[in-house]
Amino acid sequence: MNFEEHAAKALLSARGLPVPDGRVVDTPDAAAEAARALGGPCVVKAQAPTGKRGKAGGIRLAASPDEARAAAADILGMTISGHRIGCLLVEEQVPIAAELYAAVLCDPASRGPVVLFSAMGGMEVEEMALADPDAMRRIEVDIAAGLGAEPAAAALDGLDLLGRTEAVVQFLAGLYDSYRAFDAELLEINPLALTGDGRLLCLDCKYTLDDASTGRQAAVAETGAPERMTALEAEAHTSGLKYIALDGSVGVLANGAGLTMTTMDAISHFGGRPANFLEIGGEAYTKAETALTILLKNPNIRSLLVNFCGAFARTDVMAEGVVRAWKKLDPDIPVFFTIHGTGEEEAVALVERELGHRPYDLMDDAVRAAVRAAAARDEFGPGRGAAA
Amino acid sequence: MILRREHRILVQGVTGKQGTFWTRAMIDYGATAVGGVNPRKAGTQHLGLPVFASAGEAARTAPFDIALMFIPPAMAKDAAVDACEAGAKLLVCLTEHIPLHDVMEMHAAARANGTRIVGPNTAGLVTPGETFAGILPAFNRAVFRPGHVGVISRSGSLGTLLSLVLTQNGFGQSAVYGVGGDPIVGTTTREALEVFDADPRTEAVVICGEIGGDAEEEAAEYGAGMAKPVVAFVAGRASPPDRKMGHAGAIVSGGKGDYLSKRKALERAGIAVADVPSDIPKLLSARLKAAA
Repeated sequence: MNFEEHAAKALLSARGLPVPDGRVVDTPDAAAEAARALGGPCVVKAQAPTGKRGKAGGIRLAASPDEARAAAADILGMTISGHRIGCLLVEEQVPIAAELYAAVLCDPASRGPVVLFSAMGGMEVEEMALADPDAMRRIEVDIAAGLGAEPAAAALDGLDLLGRTEAVVQFLAGLYDSYRAFDAELLEINPLALTGDGRLLCLDCKYTLDDASTGRQAAVAETGAPERMTALEAEAHTSGLKYIALDGSVGVLANGAGLTMTTMDAISHFGGRPANFLEIGGEAYTKAETALTILLKNPNIRSLLVNFCGAFARTDVMAEGVVRAWKKLDPDIPVFFTIHGTGEEEAVALVERELGHRPYDLMDDAVRAAVRAAAARDEFGPGRGAAA
Repeated sequence: MILRREHRILVQGVTGKQGTFWTRAMIDYGATAVGGVNPRKAGTQHLGLPVFASAGEAARTAPFDIALMFIPPAMAKDAAVDACEAGAKLLVCLTEHIPLHDVMEMHAAARANGTRIVGPNTAGLVTPGETFAGILPAFNRAVFRPGHVGVISRSGSLGTLLSLVLTQNGFGQSAVYGVGGDPIVGTTTREALEVFDADPRTEAVVICGEIGGDAEEEAAEYGAGMAKPVVAFVAGRASPPDRKMGHAGAIVSGGKGDYLSKRKALERAGIAVADVPSDIPKLLSARLKAAA
């Protein structure tokens, strides 16, 4: 789960990390009022969970309340990376002596946290690496021991931090503690400003909360940016299912993320286009009925492919759900099955008996048949004509 | 390591519905289960196995090599640490959706105690005709047959499909290694490849990868120097970017971990990449013929 800048900064500030003084507003007048309250030159920043705000014109400097009002009027209503801007952060301008970079994230190679630091902040990490590969310092942290001051100081060796190395070490300790306290997947400060009077300030902040930790971080998660979802994606989410809308015409119901992606790949390979990602693997294998009910609400579906390869997910239980939904809804689309793995014999027998379909032994044959049927329906059948 | 029948297995969460179903299946298949763990049912018997309060307690009277976890996400870390501290050589962690920081703490405990973790979010290990640990239907002979092809998969369902395709085409498996769908796993695709490279019963390896992360790129580096033929399939070519495709680890983000970069890395290493799973048997036959 991602967070808008103002929400992430509020979390950092609550843990004592330094952020500029600022106000969250949603009208031009409120922006002017915020500028007046801050009492000096300010920055007006579009709030959206994306990093491309500056380049898109969503961040403007304002020397006066009137300029803040004008900037706010321009930015409110903009669309940046697909996000419509309805909220702004008005912040004090800070006299910057140096722009630094600091982040904590999870490193698959060392299987633990890693702290990144660079004295070249303010640009994209990739650009930084190109400009000077040695500029990015890495501190691998033993999660059982935490981030020690000595390894942190050693990692900063040779960097010109305007005599504030000790403050930076202390800042990194605080950042690491916040990363731990907020179950962060990523906590990134870019830029971290070193001001003319020697203070450190988080000018921007990117915080991603680990999706598996939203339960135990319920209060934090409430201030996060909800994932943008279509109506069907939201409905599936409420039912504990992962549904992703795609633009094709062959509906996909499979168990397990790997098998579902593979089913989509095979549909593409044989000339069709998948209509969705929807998997009922793992604990969700009992939810076939709900899943199919959601999937069939997509008006673009011309055929349905049911591909079960049961491991933990019992195919007999999934097939029962499919049969229940099918009988209840009686949809007017052709359906093609291929079923293997745990519970296979019962599942195949059930589908044959209740729906009169003999599942294909080979996945490719089922995929080809579903692709052919969707194409035929697009040409001749009911629905929205020969689109796509 | 490759799972063998003599490996003694302790099942954490043995008394639950899934623990019961799969432990019974494992015992019927020939696996050596020596006990289970459930603090609330310590001292009782389940499926003919003694139930202990902890892995630490089990270690004293029912020594084990492998701990297998049927434990919900919120309790997974404590169970894993218990197993590591009790001296498990291998910890098979089936649990999905464990908080990321807990996963890192599990890995730290494994490091400190010399335990190898497989997973999290793995479907487990199968040595067809011999034993299995996890939630793969080893007992289904249409899917898993003894043979000489090693299978590595991030996904349980895809590993099952690939084994099925191999079996349908006359290729049995030396072992099936589920490495798990999480972004940070205890045994990587590369490490599983090293295991199969060293295994005298394995003549060729099939890697079932998927988009996200760099497990396939890393495995390709090792595979480039292997004498045994390696064939791969990578799921997710038709998946949109910036969306988590079910697995926490299956996301293409900022252009990283996408299908084409994986395919290129594998092909550069001389590993044949199948467009669809059904292409794997003929690629495998060709490579085995060339190697002979």
